[in-house]
Amino acid sequence: MNKPKKVLIIGSGPIVIGQAAEFDYAGTQACKAMREEGVTSVLVNSNPATIMTDEDVADIVYIEPIDVDVITRIIERERPDGLLPTLGGQTGLNMAVKLHEAGVLERFNVRLLGTPLEAIRTAEDRELFRAMLDEIGEPTPQSMIVTNDEQAVEALKLVGLPAIIRPAYTLGGTGGGVAYSVEEYRRIVGTGIEASPIGQVLVEQSLLGWKEVEYEVMRDSAGNVITVCNMENFDAMGVHTGDSIVVAPSQTLPDKEYQMLRSASLKIITKLGIEGGCNVQLALAPNPETTPWDVPAGATLPPYFVIEVNPRVSRSSALASKATGYPIARVAAKIAIGKTLDQIPNAVTQKTTAAFEPALDYVVVKIPRWPFDKFQFGDRTLGTQMKATGEVMAVDRSFEGALQKAVRSLEVGGRSLLWEDAGWQDNAVERPMHPTDERLWSIMAALRRGADLLALSRSTGVDMWFLHKLTNIVNMEKRLLSESLTPDLLRAAKRMSFSDKQIATLSDRLPEQVRALREEWDIRPVYKMVDTCAAEFDAATPYFYSTYEQENEAIAEPGKKALVIGSGPIRIGQGIEFDYCSVQAAWALGKAGYQSIMVNSNPETVSTDFDTSDRLYFEPLDEESIRDIIANEAGAGAEGGGEPPPSIVQFGGQTAINLAGPLHNANLPIIGSSNETIDLAEDRRRFEEFLSGIGVPQPPGAAVTNVEDAILTAERLGYPVLVRPSYVLGGRAMEIVQNPTELARFAKEAADVADGKPILIDKYLEGKEVEVDAICDGERVLIPGIMEHIERAGVHSGDSMAVYPGIHLTADEVDTIVDYTTRIGLAIEARGLVNVQYVIMPSDDPARTGASDIYVIEVNPRGSRTVPFLSKVTGVPMVELAVNIMLGTSLEQQGYEGGLWPRRNLVAVKAPVFSMSKLIGVDTYLGPEMKSTGEVMGVDIDFPAALTKALMSADLALKPQGGVLLSVADRHKTEMLPTIRALHEAGFTLYATDGTAAFISALGLPVSTVEKGLSGGHPNVVDVIQDGTVSCVINTPEGRYTGTLRDGFYIRRAATEKRIPCFTSIDTARAAVEALTATLSRGGSVAYQVRPIQEYREGTRAEGQRA
Amino acid sequence: MASALLVLEDGTVFTGEALGASTHSHGEVVFCTGMTGYQEALTDPSFAEQILVMTYPLQGNYGINSDDIESRRIQVRAFVVREECDTPVHWRSKMTLHDYLTENGIPGISGVDTRALTRKLRAGGVMMGTVTHDETKEQALARLRDLPRYGATDLVPWVSTRRPYAYPDEERTHGPRVVVLDLGVKYNILRTLHKLGCRPTAVPCDTTADDILAMNPDGVLLSPGPGDPALLGYAVETARKLVGKVPMMGICLGHQVVGEAFGAKSFKLKFGHRGANHPVRDEKSGRVYVTAQNHGYAIDEDGLAADIEVSHRNLNDGTVEGLRHTREPLMTIQYHSEASPGPHDSMYLFDDFLKMVEAVKA
Repeated sequence: MNKPKKVLIIGSGPIVIGQAAEFDYAGTQACKAMREEGVTSVLVNSNPATIMTDEDVADIVYIEPIDVDVITRIIERERPDGLLPTLGGQTGLNMAVKLHEAGVLERFNVRLLGTPLEAIRTAEDRELFRAMLDEIGEPTPQSMIVTNDEQAVEALKLVGLPAIIRPAYTLGGTGGGVAYSVEEYRRIVGTGIEASPIGQVLVEQSLLGWKEVEYEVMRDSAGNVITVCNMENFDAMGVHTGDSIVVAPSQTLPDKEYQMLRSASLKIITKLGIEGGCNVQLALAPNPETTPWDVPAGATLPPYFVIEVNPRVSRSSALASKATGYPIARVAAKIAIGKTLDQIPNAVTQKTTAAFEPALDYVVVKIPRWPFDKFQFGDRTLGTQMKATGEVMAVDRSFEGALQKAVRSLEVGGRSLLWEDAGWQDNAVERPMHPTDERLWSIMAALRRGADLLALSRSTGVDMWFLHKLTNIVNMEKRLLSESLTPDLLRAAKRMSFSDKQIATLSDRLPEQVRALREEWDIRPVYKMVDTCAAEFDAATPYFYSTYEQENEAIAEPGKKALVIGSGPIRIGQGIEFDYCSVQAAWALGKAGYQSIMVNSNPETVSTDFDTSDRLYFEPLDEESIRDIIANEAGAGAEGGGEPPPSIVQFGGQTAINLAGPLHNANLPIIGSSNETIDLAEDRRRFEEFLSGIGVPQPPGAAVTNVEDAILTAERLGYPVLVRPSYVLGGRAMEIVQNPTELARFAKEAADVADGKPILIDKYLEGKEVEVDAICDGERVLIPGIMEHIERAGVHSGDSMAVYPGIHLTADEVDTIVDYTTRIGLAIEARGLVNVQYVIMPSDDPARTGASDIYVIEVNPRGSRTVPFLSKVTGVPMVELAVNIMLGTSLEQQGYEGGLWPRRNLVAVKAPVFSMSKLIGVDTYLGPEMKSTGEVMGVDIDFPAALTKALMSADLALKPQGGVLLSVADRHKTEMLPTIRALHEAGFTLYATDGTAAFISALGLPVSTVEKGLSGGHPNVVDVIQDGTVSCVINTPEGRYTGTLRDGFYIRRAATEKRIPCFTSIDTARAAVEALTATLSRGGSVAYQVRPIQEYREGTRAEGQRA
Repeated sequence: MASALLVLEDGTVFTGEALGASTHSHGEVVFCTGMTGYQEALTDPSFAEQILVMTYPLQGNYGINSDDIESRRIQVRAFVVREECDTPVHWRSKMTLHDYLTENGIPGISGVDTRALTRKLRAGGVMMGTVTHDETKEQALARLRDLPRYGATDLVPWVSTRRPYAYPDEERTHGPRVVVLDLGVKYNILRTLHKLGCRPTAVPCDTTADDILAMNPDGVLLSPGPGDPALLGYAVETARKLVGKVPMMGICLGHQVVGEAFGAKSFKLKFGHRGANHPVRDEKSGRVYVTAQNHGYAIDEDGLAADIEVSHRNLNDGTVEGLRHTREPLMTIQYHSEASPGPHDSMYLFDDFLKMVEAVKA
């Protein structure tokens, strides 16, 4: 096969549940691989917060919607001779298939590289897949393809209950589930068919309780096959593997079983003809004492079934890459352009090739990170539909150690394995143990109270082996509780990676005292290398994990260095943006002649690729591990210790910034904004004084401690007010309340939870929200750009659409924002990045009628979510500038002046993306609490085009015509007027609930009234959504404490589950309608440009562009 | 928990917890990177007189069962692990690793920084060592000094069968008769041959070519085994005489014996190849196979006769992994097509051997 010259790589778009940072990692590796092979890479992705869309990574970068029309135009312009379909997750793969089916690839002579399309089809189409397995004699569970009710009945007869329902071609198994009753079965089959783009589900025999084992395998065009690693799920079959705790390698499989499943996996990829990476999931008969099955006399091998195959790089392959050091995506990309495994060097050993199987000499544990700390009312049950937003990984030389470090890495309210829910006290053993995000802790609680292991294994499906290991941890807890802390006991506890904090709790000390004892007794972690070969070959990988053993392999290197503290697992509020910043920081350190030392716990990311930094420590991001790493890097093993290297805490989101205090208290250096600056921005009282000291206004507000004061204060400020408890409690941090009734309810609830603690009440300014990221060196403040939110203040900035530049801002407003930002940046003594959020209100000063007042809502002295977006659209290397400032090079020395960076000749719109269809029971309305999981960017030469593309990428674009359902709060009706008219004029049929319908028909527009309540007549709101009458919903809720919020809940959930746009802010709705109107007036898709990001930035004009 | 020591001849001491029988024993300290299959490894005769270090830290997870054995007893002299599991879980498990070692009188040590140990062996090469539950470091070192080196004695007679036996016991009335020259055979070779329809018979290592031919075999398999092939003049002689008379396959030590028979010398590898992940290239097809390996010696192709070609080569270090006679039905591999433990990818070589047998028969 000829090597292609130019290859198109399709990314996976925004981060959603089921498709997270792992595809940035895969895409970035693919681009690097192309560069190494001398192949030009053309990358398209709608997600600006990715490293792969960095112009240093891919050769030509398009930040454009992943859409057939758009990509066709890219292909037409770039004329790539190959397309890599298997590195952009399901999104990239589906797009490649669509391009093929549309004849685009053939028309432009683009070769599909790597795994052939036929193999992809066979792997993804349940029926073809089963036929293929039958042909090669590999066992599959009883199952039946179902597309309608009749088949559903038949299928149930075949497989019995419980039954598994898996929709075809959906992300992370969306719409699937396990049915235990006939009703449940009917419901899940229905939603599954709905969710599947081809209207097809697989109804399958339940293998609940069986072991779930995965193999990551690779095959090249010469037919060479290898296994990168296998993984065993702690959670038995029935829980989506993305929601399972996973251990690598498998722990409970004897060699014969390991090899049986390995051979089956290799046989399958050989038959499929995979060229690249592939993931095979299998179910293996468990301990028959736990889950009975017929053990034939004399049997040595248990039965197994093949569950599914992912014919592409997947989340599991990212995990396997990090777990072994074997760069699956990079190797897969090289295989795709014709290399064979033995021609690809092993980057780790630099002596051997990719044709081998990694040998692990450690244990890896992955734990998913679920969003239920944000969504308290979400259904926490885990099943076949993935719910985790991210994951953590930990490496150690024992299972106990790896598990405990992984738990610490989760960063769920500082929870260690010791955590128990207060409600478990009395019934810890008898409680039902169905899978939820808290089951690991439930099991621990049961074990602490002497639960019978076999019974527990039966009720959970968790193999007894794992329960024995957890018992080891419980036994150590008991020793720490009852025995006096001796060097031997402390060492034994540390070998299980008990944290100083856990040991402190159990042995009734302070964590700092435990640390002091460790120093006194010389109990320090050593760092061992992940080298793919269990030390058989001398490897140069700078990839380390901690453990308590003899030999330390991470000897401190002399020279200048700094730690970059990463951002941990992807979660709502802390996404891939911070990984982008961390990676950029490591690169900037390298350019400046410093050794970059990365610390992170997230296996999906580019930051934890071993060649991103000079050294990678795969560790929890807590005080203990960071301090241990600093001590190791200082060479503190020797008496006296060396100079501790400084830490950079401003790029790893809240995780890293939270470490500023502890590092400061331990006298460890931080570069960038000091702990004092960080503290000033976070302490409400100090911050208020600070702002008034420099004459920058903020919304009026007060802290109150009782309901009466609250009501009086609110009266004084005027409704609506923004209220929040002064303590942070997951899921109910902030609310906008409209009237005294709501306020009283909120205040009472807050008091119920924490009596006597203050409640913060601020005037809620329902104005235009503006956000600025700036770079400060102490003398100057550079503002790369100003972003204007489409939604008014009150919607979390992470959930708002934002436009660069602030196209609706007056020159005066821009000047004031620049002035305020500069004053704040200098006065707060920020070094590096700072993010400021403003709200703009029409001035109520009669002397300044027509002018605006600008208030500061928030200052964050750290890299923000918008840094990658702004860096890409302005071309200002924000992270690099910030890092150089931290190292002592001023903006001026770097060739930059202060003030606002000249605006580019482009408009960019950032839009949030939600994963709500996967989170049952979660309300989707936009509010002060962030809910989105990812973001996309639309960029173009003007606002309507940029907006159109942002909406396209966020799946919020309106299709011309069809029906729209409106249910709008009274206070929004007047403002909605132009939008309603525009919808009518664009050809939409209007449906509305009674109040809104009355309003519309009073305007003289045709409207059909729809029953609001679900118990009344038909058609009701849910009917018109479910039967497809409407293709869009506009529903603005009154507030959390009023009835409409609950009524609206069903409307919003129905729209979410039907996967149609649902606008809960009138501003978003207005923007979407404007975009549609603009598109229609411009005649369809020619309405927008398709160009590399660089070209937009340079402001050159494409041919035929309107002047 | 009682403590134990692992003492190396260079004076290095690793302290750990006692595992298995409370005694001491010595041997050549070697490491194996396979992540599963400790029971098969413990009973592999090729590990005779060696102290086995597993690089995977968790051992004994699935216990010990009555099937996964490769010979009739534990063959290693001592077992070194990072962590031993005393609560194994598996429906076939009959006892713990500790009990198994104890029952066989074999000492072990757990809690060792096996990665540090492996790095030492990789850098300095394999060396003699002792695992002891009942001596001081000084006593152990003194004992080590006076012991013969590994490779000084022929270990094959110790592991070979005393008298011929058919596998399994019951008679099969047809199928190719394959005589297995037992230099330390693994049961899985016999099991595999039987599964493929053969009638395998293992014979003692010193069985002569004439005696073998008298059994009227359709094929002969020279088995794996322990030690230095240079000490196996008798087996080399047997192999030489059989070439051309009967289709032959050599595995591991059997391969080295054939190499010696055709003029090659063997040499000792610094730290051997032991594990389940070694890539081998078939020189004819270019295909790469992931193989199970367990050998401390390799053959030097320089002296090889002209009518012998190298059929397989190790992708990592280029060493000879297989030989083929240009005219006669003779094939050898340095690695373990019978797996157990390890990947099954090379099982096809038994088919190749049987095709050779069939071709000669026809």
